[in-house]
Parts: sequence; C-alpha cells; structure tokens
Amino acid sequence: MLSLRVPSTSFDFPRFHAGDLERRWKLGRDSFLSFSHRRGFGLGVSSAKSETAPFTAAEEEALPEGLQPELMPKHVAVIMDGNGRWAKNKGLQPWDGHRAGVEALREIVELCGKWGIQVLTVFAFSTDNWIRPKIEIDFLLNLFERTLKSELETLAKNNVRISIIGDSSKLPKSLLKVINEVEEVTKNNTRLQLIVAVGYSGKYDVLQACRGIAQRVKDGEIEVEEIDERLIEQELETNCTEFPNPDLLIRTSGELRVSNFLLWQLAYTELFFAQELWPDFGRSGFIEALMSFQQRQRRFGGRKS
Amino acid sequence: MSSGISQLLEQIHEFSRRCLFRVISVGPLPIHLAFIMDGNRRYAKKRGLEDGSGHKVGFSALMSMLQYCYELGIKYVTIYAFSIDNFRRKPEEVKSLMNLMLEKIKSLLDKESIVHEYGIRVHFIGNFALLSDQVRAAAEEVMEATAKNSRVLLLVCVAYNSTDEIVQAVKKSCTNKLVEHSEGRDRDIERIQLVNIEETMQMRVAPGPDILIRSSGETRRSNFLLWQTGSSQLFSPDALWSEIGLRHLVWTILNFQRSHSYLEKKKKKPL
Repeated sequence: MLSLRVPSTSFDFPRFHAGDLERRWKLGRDSFLSFSHRRGFGLGVSSAKSETAPFTAAEEEALPEGLQPELMPKHVAVIMDGNGRWAKNKGLQPWDGHRAGVEALREIVELCGKWGIQVLTVFAFSTDNWIRPKIEIDFLLNLFERTLKSELETLAKNNVRISIIGDSSKLPKSLLKVINEVEEVTKNNTRLQLIVAVGYSGKYDVLQACRGIAQRVKDGEIEVEEIDERLIEQELETNCTEFPNPDLLIRTSGELRVSNFLLWQLAYTELFFAQELWPDFGRSGFIEALMSFQQRQRRFGGRKS
Repeated sequence: MSSGISQLLEQIHEFSRRCLFRVISVGPLPIHLAFIMDGNRRYAKKRGLEDGSGHKVGFSALMSMLQYCYELGIKYVTIYAFSIDNFRRKPEEVKSLMNLMLEKIKSLLDKESIVHEYGIRVHFIGNFALLSDQVRAAAEEVMEATAKNSRVLLLVCVAYNSTDEIVQAVKKSCTNKLVEHSEGRDRDIERIQLVNIEETMQMRVAPGPDILIRSSGETRRSNFLLWQTGSSQLFSPDALWSEIGLRHLVWTILNFQRSHSYLEKKKKKPL
C-alpha cells in the first residue's frame, strides 16, 4: 500500500506540552516569554533586558541517543505551518496560534544551537500570504518586529546571527529599521545563523538574481554566455551564508508540498513532512525528522556502489 | 485454451479498471502528473536480474502507467528519464542507458505504440547539446511526427535538470531584453519580469504538475521541475518503480482529491 512518507510517532520522548503553554499564556497573554521559560517560572514578564538563565546552552549538549554527530545536517529549513489550525482546534484566535508558533520556533532555534546545526532557515511569511486579511498581516508583521526587538539581546549573547531574506519593499518602515539593526548587531556571530524568510518566495529569489545578473550584463561586467549556475547562486538571497542549500526541509501540519519556499536551494534537499501542527512540533518531532534524515542515502544523481 | 482464459481475464481486468476510473472521475482529477522513476537498479538486484535489465522492466512499468493515466483522462504526464547528474555514473551504465533510450524513442514511432493508440504529443525537454547526435535526431523525429497530436502530452525529461533549465531561461531572457534594448524598445533591461523568465522555460508547454510522484521511498526532488512544483503535492511510495502499479495511482489520486477539497475550502475562507 502506498505510504505517504509521514512516519508514525513511535518515539517515547517527553514532548513539549501544549498544556504548559496555555497556562503561561493565561498568565500573560500579551507579553512575550523569555527563553528561560523552562528553567524558571517564566511568568510571562517580557523585558528587553530579560536577564536570566537563558539558553545556557552556551555549551553544546550531547545529541539524543540514536543521532550521530557526523550525519547531522548543516542547514535545516522549516515551513512552520499550522498555527491557524492549531488555534482553531483549541477554540482560540489565529493570533494566539502565531504566538504559540513563536514559542515553538524558540525551542527549535535552541536545539539547533545545542546540536551543532550551522544554519536554520524558517519560512515566516510568503509572497502568497499577502492575500490574507489585513488584520492578520498587520499582526504577523507586528509580532515579528516585537519578537526581534525582545529577543535581540538573548540571541546576540548566544552567538546567533540573524539574516532576513525576502522582498522588503512591502514591509513597514519600522520593521525594516529593526531588521537592519538586528542584522548589523549580530553579523559577526558564528554559532548558528538564523535566516528568516519574510515576503519571500523561491521564484522571487530567482527573479531578483536574474535582475542582478541582467544589470551586470548591462554594465558590461559579464557576457550572457558566461551565465551559469554558480553565477545565479551568487546572486540568490541565500548568498548571506556559507551553506545556502538546506540538507533537510521540515514541513509541519501534514501538507505535502513546499509552497514556493526556496526553489533553487531545494534541488537535493531531503524533505520531511510531519503531521503535527507547528506549535506542537517540538523536540521529539525534531528528533524524528533528524533520525529520518540520517537514515537516508543521498546520491545526488550518481550511484552508491 | 489457457490463452483464451488469460484473454478473458485481461478483458475482465480492463473492464473493472474502466469502472474504477469512472468512479474516481466523479471527483476532481489532476491535470498534470510528474514521475521520478527511481529504483530500477535496486529492482534488478532484488530480483536477481542482470545489471541494466532493471531499466528495461522499468520501461514496461512506464508504459502501463502511461496507459492508466491517459485512460483516466490525465492530459499531461512528465517523466524524469535521465538527469544531467546521471552522466556522472559509470560510462558503461550511461552508454547502456543511452542505447536503451534510443531504442525506446524509436519504438514510439511504431504504429502499435502507445503514442498512436492515445494520440500523444511527445515533447523532449533537456539540454540536447549533451546528447549524442543519434539520440537527439531520434527525439526530434518523434517530436515532429507527433506534433499534430493534441489530445494528451507526454513530456520526457532527458539530459535535464531544473537548475540547467533555469540557467538557459535566464540567458534567453537577458538576450531578449538586450535585443529589445538595442531596438530602443526597452531602456531598463534589468527590469526582467517573472513572465519573461517563464516564457523562455522549456517546460512552458505544460501547466505546473498537480502531483509529483517519486518511487522507491526517497523524499527529495533531485533537481527535477523545481520551478514548476512549488505548489505540487509530493508523494513518495516505498515501492520501486517497476513495482508501482494501478493501486498506487488510484491511492495518489484519492489523496489528491481529499486535500483538493480542503484547499478549495481554504481558498474561499479568509483564514
């Protein structure tokens, strides 16, 4: 019988409990939790100067049993799908789902930092999402701006570099200002590069690369015959990292498609489709995805003899 | 006597298949299916066949699959026959694959071939400069011979990969813009639009695939139709290509119909 390549959850790891999350929200719905939510009591007090024992994983953590360090992906990409459905299932508003999504993202960023993954790219907002209701778009962009501001210090302290890719022409000026600041402050960090795709699509990326190349042709810098794959890669927005092509792409919520995320860069990427909705995708889901990745045979068109 | 029985069984099988297809056709059907036919060598090894014969069996499996697709009424089918990356395999294997391809391309011209039965128009997509003269000539002959057919399309990707297709399209778009610029029609050649790239892509002859199926359980696209499969559903059955049959096709389509109704609902409701 056909298998949809959606592995069953057969692992017995303690899951991130959505129940805990709900409790914390009720305490401080409009505030943002600090990274320390699991160590302290995270009573939902947000503060740009959140002190605390954050992310004490300034040291790396040993990998969970079953995962081999030499087979860890260098670059993981994530389509964080399912916030809306998650909220609906719980009888909450869509924005509650997005907040829960931010929480889930924090956990994954933390794990990537601990487990030696070099680059994490997340699909925050697609060019296709511009058709959503204005109130939701405004909320999302606002949430993004507030999260960047509130997390900047923690991320900087933990040696995380942030890069934003996508069409910035439609983004509000205040968000653009914060983005520039965050990218500047974290640009020399080396532990983990977090690439957030906002107003992005794979076709947009190839198109803007094409325009960049056309400009160079117009300026006489290169000839049309010299255009090749390497040249296009240099112009893609993922040129902000040493590892532009994800080894593994994870999409949550059971949808079996890539929805125009990272086109060129996904040529040889292993795809993993998880059934859970994004806010429920935590440590155990991530481990499952990594285990699946490590079992795959990557041949890149050649042969494993 | 036994041939009479097997003929009868075949007819019963065909009849039940057509009934099944009638039932499935009540729901929405995909317009375009794409296949990555992976697992031929593994199949040969599994069955203890000699090296290279896995691809021959794979070809028969392909013919059956095409028959089912066209019977069901699917208008476009695209197959990944040979990737540019496959040239990196051992020279003997590449040569044997090219010979098999030449043989099978020529066989499409036969009167009894599937092409004539279903009125298929065949397109070959790929970097022809990388093919031998014979293969290229045979491909061009088939394209010409079937140019008048219009019922259904078969797109065969050979010496293809998506990044190469995009590079060729980018080159052509830049060249076109340069020409427009020199004719005084366009001052801003760097303002290339999406449509400029899309109209120069080889795969422009078909809409994007609704479903991409890769056999043998690997869940990656291996540089196949990256531009066109942004919204496609991706299925990766564990079965090797020669083991893929009617039940996989039916299952895929039923799943497509299930998620199709969810997507249509999502489009109508502003979430």
